[in-house]
Amino acid sequence: MSLNEQDLLDLYQDLILDHSRYPHNFYEMEKAQCQAVGHNPLCGDRLVLYVTADEQGRIKEASFQGQGCAISMASASMMTDLLKGKTAQEAEKLAAHFEQLCKNFKPDPQFEAMMNPEDNARLDALAGVKNYPARVKCAMLSWRTLQAALNPAQNQTVQTENT
Amino acid sequence: MDVLKIRKDFPILERKMRGQPLVYLDSAASAQKPRPVIEAMSRFYEQGYANIHRGVYELSMSATDLYDQGRVCVQRFINAAHEDEIIFTHGATESLNLVASSWGAANLKEGDEVVLTQLEHHANIVPWQLLQKKIPFKLRVVPIKKDGDILLQDVLEALSEKTKLVSVAHVSNAFGTILPVKDIIKAAHDRGIPVMLDGAQAIAHETVDVQALDADFYVFSGHKIYGPTGIGVLYGKRAWLQSMPPYQGGGDMIENVTFEETSFLPPPARFEAGTPHIAGVVGLTAGLNYVTSIGMQNIAVHEDKLLAYAHEKIGTIQGVRLIGTAPRKAAILSFVMEHAHPHDIGTVLESRGIAIRAGHHCAQPAMESMGLMGTARASFGLYNTFEDVDSLAEGLRAVREIFA
Ligand SMILES: Cc1ncc(COP(=O)(O)O)c(C=O)c1O
Repeated sequence: MSLNEQDLLDLYQDLILDHSRYPHNFYEMEKAQCQAVGHNPLCGDRLVLYVTADEQGRIKEASFQGQGCAISMASASMMTDLLKGKTAQEAEKLAAHFEQLCKNFKPDPQFEAMMNPEDNARLDALAGVKNYPARVKCAMLSWRTLQAALNPAQNQTVQTENT
Repeated sequence: MDVLKIRKDFPILERKMRGQPLVYLDSAASAQKPRPVIEAMSRFYEQGYANIHRGVYELSMSATDLYDQGRVCVQRFINAAHEDEIIFTHGATESLNLVASSWGAANLKEGDEVVLTQLEHHANIVPWQLLQKKIPFKLRVVPIKKDGDILLQDVLEALSEKTKLVSVAHVSNAFGTILPVKDIIKAAHDRGIPVMLDGAQAIAHETVDVQALDADFYVFSGHKIYGPTGIGVLYGKRAWLQSMPPYQGGGDMIENVTFEETSFLPPPARFEAGTPHIAGVVGLTAGLNYVTSIGMQNIAVHEDKLLAYAHEKIGTIQGVRLIGTAPRKAAILSFVMEHAHPHDIGTVLESRGIAIRAGHHCAQPAMESMGLMGTARASFGLYNTFEDVDSLAEGLRAVREIFA
């Protein structure tokens, strides 16, 4: 198998395809504490992200709706799974960590060690986009939207095409 | 026409993408450059470069000659009646903006209408919307048929005594539809309405004769006809251009400047303020000479064969739906696939060295009319082969294997 084919299979592995075909947490949350819109106008990918936390500030529910390519859908699906039980601060760290992975920068080993192995495996799967720089923006869309949702001050529509 | 020989003129076609031979199917976005264009430009920079017009020395005069010859070359290429009907711009986009700003501001008033179609490129929509902020005229939009066609009948219905201009694509970049422009122009002229054609796509695919078409304005970009980026053309009938106010102010476009009053040079200089893209004109000239030496008619025939082959070969792949199947089409194959988003199609093809485009192709209203966010689009140039179409077909089967 050529390197290319391997890259492609890494990117479109079953875990990703399953999440894109049958996204988790795919619904509109009526009384969400925070929400934000992610929209990449060139691609047409668009999603609305909803987040609600409990009294301790831990995310108890995260969901999304929208449409887009397999990568952006799988990313949003996996992210909403991952967010449950995290504080806003932890979620932000996770987003920063994921961006490092996608851009093929060395992630913080301490942070990685703290994460549970299953979460690590999911993020690694998504980070297959690092071999396809044109697609990093697709994987990042839901995470940027998360950052906007958690920081209502900058709560506008976000995009990842011109960054 | 010997395509294999032609391919040797395009150095980039020898390179690989992701370790595979490059299959370039994105000429509608921008065409690759043949060696004569690359060499003419580097020769000019190495041996002939100077600013034009104001120089009193030989180098500047010979650069001016090349620039002027470029204008004559374009004039001949589109069979314009006069040299001064050719304005050099940055590209089709600037040409469209020029007409909207200059002609539009001088000729439109409240209640007037400009007729466009629903398949226009954003470059033929947004300049008009910008002008609408200053002048409250209306845009009338001719609807698209399900197959991506624009019918003369529907254009006629949009025309009225309020119509001041019809501005439509010659060929759609989203669906490849060739519009019935000759009939549109005739019908509009019968009612005394001028017509502008956006020839950005048409120019590289068929012989364009602005006099036979009787177009009032015709625009295109150099980079889609194997020339450089940053250079484009506005053709306008002399009487229109002479009646139009300047678009930008600056050097090279004035007759006399005082702080009390400034008078402007006649066209084309009136519309070419500032130092132009001189090397761009040199490259464009080389590009037009190159396609002329091959023959626009031969190119059209070759591309039509490729398109027919692609329709057959790609259109019959399970799960593929062609978007844009109008009876008259040029060199563009837009499609969507079951279960696979256009961007994912693009990525799978990329891993096989195949370059296509995915998205809305700067024609969002056109996409919307089809109920789509975007399509995957393969487009052909004179260097594409039947094997390229076969590679695309194989690539799409691989897409299907992954996503279906
Ligand atoms: C139909 C059409 N009009 C206008 C344009 C704008 O051309 P440019 O970006 O070269 O100015 C394009 C280019 O994509 C086009 O396809």
